[in-house]
Amino acid sequence: MSSRIEAAAKHVGEAGHSGQEIRSDVQVLIEPRQLGGIDIELESRVKPYYGDAIRRQAEDVLESLGLRHARVVIHDEGALPFVIAARIESAARRAGLGEGTRVLPNRLSSLAPSARDRMRRSRLYVPGNEPKYFINAALHGADAIILDLEDSVHPDEKDAARVLVRNALRAVDFLRCERMVRINQLPLGLKDLEEIVPESPDLILLPKVETSRQVLDAVEKMAEIKAIFGITRRTWLMPILESALGIEKAYEIASASDEVAALTFGLEDYTADLGVVKTATGAESLFARQRVVNAAHAAGIQAIDSVFGDVGDVDALRTWAVNSRAMGFEGMGCVHPSQITVIHEAFAPTAAEIEQARKIVAAYNEAQEKGLGVVSLGSKMIDAPVVQRARKLMAQAEAMQLLK
Amino acid sequence: MAILEETKLTRNTAGRMVPEMVNGRRQVPYLGVGKNRPAGNQAGPPIRTADDYPADGDKRVVDLETALRKCGLRDGMVISSHHHLRDGDRVALMALEAAARIGIKDLVWFPSASFPSQKRAIDLMDSGVIDHIEGSMNGPLGDYCTQGKMRGMGILRSHGGRWQAIQDSEVHIDIAVIAAPTADPFGNCDGSRGKSACGSLGFALADSTYADHVIAVTDNLVSFPCVPWQIQGNHVDYVVTVDSIGDSSKIVSGTMQITRSPDRLRIAELVALFLRDAGIMRNGFSFQAGAGGIALAFVGYLKRMMKEAGVKARFVRGGSTKYLVELLEEGLTDYILDGQTFDLDGVRSIASNSRHVATSPFTSYNYHGKGNFASMVDAVVLGATEVDANFNANVVTHSDGRLLHGIGGWQNCLAAGCTILAVPSFRDRMPVIVDEVTTLCGPGELIDVVVTERGIAINPRRQDLIDAVKGSRLPFRSLPEIKAEVERICGGKPQRPKRGDRPVAIVKWVDGTVLDSVWQVG
Repeated sequence: MSSRIEAAAKHVGEAGHSGQEIRSDVQVLIEPRQLGGIDIELESRVKPYYGDAIRRQAEDVLESLGLRHARVVIHDEGALPFVIAARIESAARRAGLGEGTRVLPNRLSSLAPSARDRMRRSRLYVPGNEPKYFINAALHGADAIILDLEDSVHPDEKDAARVLVRNALRAVDFLRCERMVRINQLPLGLKDLEEIVPESPDLILLPKVETSRQVLDAVEKMAEIKAIFGITRRTWLMPILESALGIEKAYEIASASDEVAALTFGLEDYTADLGVVKTATGAESLFARQRVVNAAHAAGIQAIDSVFGDVGDVDALRTWAVNSRAMGFEGMGCVHPSQITVIHEAFAPTAAEIEQARKIVAAYNEAQEKGLGVVSLGSKMIDAPVVQRARKLMAQAEAMQLLK
Repeated sequence: MAILEETKLTRNTAGRMVPEMVNGRRQVPYLGVGKNRPAGNQAGPPIRTADDYPADGDKRVVDLETALRKCGLRDGMVISSHHHLRDGDRVALMALEAAARIGIKDLVWFPSASFPSQKRAIDLMDSGVIDHIEGSMNGPLGDYCTQGKMRGMGILRSHGGRWQAIQDSEVHIDIAVIAAPTADPFGNCDGSRGKSACGSLGFALADSTYADHVIAVTDNLVSFPCVPWQIQGNHVDYVVTVDSIGDSSKIVSGTMQITRSPDRLRIAELVALFLRDAGIMRNGFSFQAGAGGIALAFVGYLKRMMKEAGVKARFVRGGSTKYLVELLEEGLTDYILDGQTFDLDGVRSIASNSRHVATSPFTSYNYHGKGNFASMVDAVVLGATEVDANFNANVVTHSDGRLLHGIGGWQNCLAAGCTILAVPSFRDRMPVIVDEVTTLCGPGELIDVVVTERGIAINPRRQDLIDAVKGSRLPFRSLPEIKAEVERICGGKPQRPKRGDRPVAIVKWVDGTVLDSVWQVG
């Protein structure tokens, strides 16, 4: 008898979180049994309203996972259905059950694929195992949402976060935000790709890239998965350079594949690698940031700056972001929604810049109409790259709704 | 009073079932906004003579028990207390427990609000000292009431409604017990000074003028005169000195916390942007915002926009907090008209700044007066637990029917030029925008705008506001549209929780009519 209990206890699987301070998550415990069918014990702060729905959903998910006999304890803190499904699936997998079965929530209709050079001023990081932050992430107006599987997720929770993020990509409306996922460093990141790529995120961030081979490994893995699932939609890559070696290899990495759409920089890890302290002016990372900008532009892709970690200091963020744009970056990471507006303002072309660009474009158009080979504005000759930059700036201003 | 008898229910104009009799008194069901015409004269306390009071003005007695005996405390009397010391108040329980020691039964406790720290009142209800509470209940007292354990029926009123009920003789206070942070032996009281300073004592004003007997309880007795005085000693029968009237750490908070939730900050910012884009934020305007996390954050956003636009308010209405005090001190408003004082900055300001003025439920809120300040405020920002698609709102009960909040000034504030509910569209998985509110506290015709993190809904009755925001880039949507989106996110409409069929409390409208019932749960 006791040995049977022990044997059963080995297979108990648990996933998710509950407790007084937990919101929008659920803790699920699955104890497989030999007989007796499914026995669900449910506690929920929304039981009077969704108790029946939670039970029905749990039964459906367990059936899809092929579970016939188990004691299932659900302690719900107002989790949404996509979270409940993910936590049940993770608990089952941890109990050694349902291997290879995905229980997928209905997919919202997807938006058009994102363009390689899409506007990427701001990308809001959302911890991948904290469902309460997913739900309204897109409301704050960032250009992109990053569901993070790397640093914000505890090593023991990687499997659960992967399933949760996968479900979120299907079921959460991220509005017009580009849907990004930061996977773990390879080779762990390859497992992330298996779960994530079938849901066609718009872009994958690759952390701690130091060689072009790492990019190609990811590209090959993604191609393999896409072939299996018959996916043709593009999924872009954004390698993160966050070590001295990575910075040295910046151009090699930036130009490793056509799938790479942008190159970015990880300030925390880079300064740790150098063994220096971060300063307000960023002198210690100036070279690295310039290198990222140059390598990205040489490869014809976007250069995107690091996150700014001090959420409380809006003025320092503004200074950093203005400087960042001046250096040639096209955007930054955000760790809190309050940073988004500040960053958007900092990366917006100034009124004077817009006015100048408007004149240049007008002069160019006029020259074209007259069949003139040389474009001039006032006493100045205007070169083709200048015209191109002016047009790009006007397009940006248009996208940022800055044109009257 | 006997255990709640069978009571006949009737359907009021809002379609809600309400009892015809409550605690032995016939009620008028809600008739609609502005439909119940009052008649007759106000209540009056007995005529007194100075001959019966000490000529030297010294009304001190040795303790509260003695004072209660001298006031002629008997079974079944109404004892009132006030919540200006909030969760730190010790005086109300002191008085009720003194009554218990005397052996009194069946009291009606008539607080301006009750707080969780007063949960010992449950023992007094169990033992029959208190029959029922007329005043807001939440936490353990709220649960006690909604579980149907209170013998009499609870009556929930707004701050203005409480004044109206006293003045219109709906409630006759036998003995008012007033906690006074500073008082003199004559009974003049002030709240701005003393170790238990709390700011305004406005909630106790009606009681001081209409009650048969008034006892002032202080832990800071000063020689006559206590200047300034907000309560006039001429209304006071006895003065009692105690070691402490309250726990100062719970009377006022050091700093009220602005919400850090990104969603709530977004709501706060949208409210401020709405006031700007609707043209309500203009020179000489006025607004009221409470002390909730969203309301505090709203003041911060509005302040920045006022500065950018070079706009100044004529007055703002408190609950005052550090954030309103900053507006005053930076010259962004001429006055704070303060109903209660929430934090230490508010207390400091009201004691030292002549432009920070204490008001009362009479001046601010009383519906049965010759007007009141609430309707003169351009915009008010309020919370709610539920709103329906017709803008009807609930502020007292959770969706499962349990009492969660008092009404406070909420109902009275609906008279403002533009009433804004700032609410998340759902909490955890609980939709806030619902088919039918659990308890009706505010008629939708008085609620103009609902601001959620997913969009701003303007009441279709307010075409003027809809016109005013033409050209604005804010996310305007209809309530049904937001509701449908939330139901999709939450995985369908919630089940309707089962409610009991026995009313345990009623919600009064500002005119004294019965707007809705609170039903026994579980």
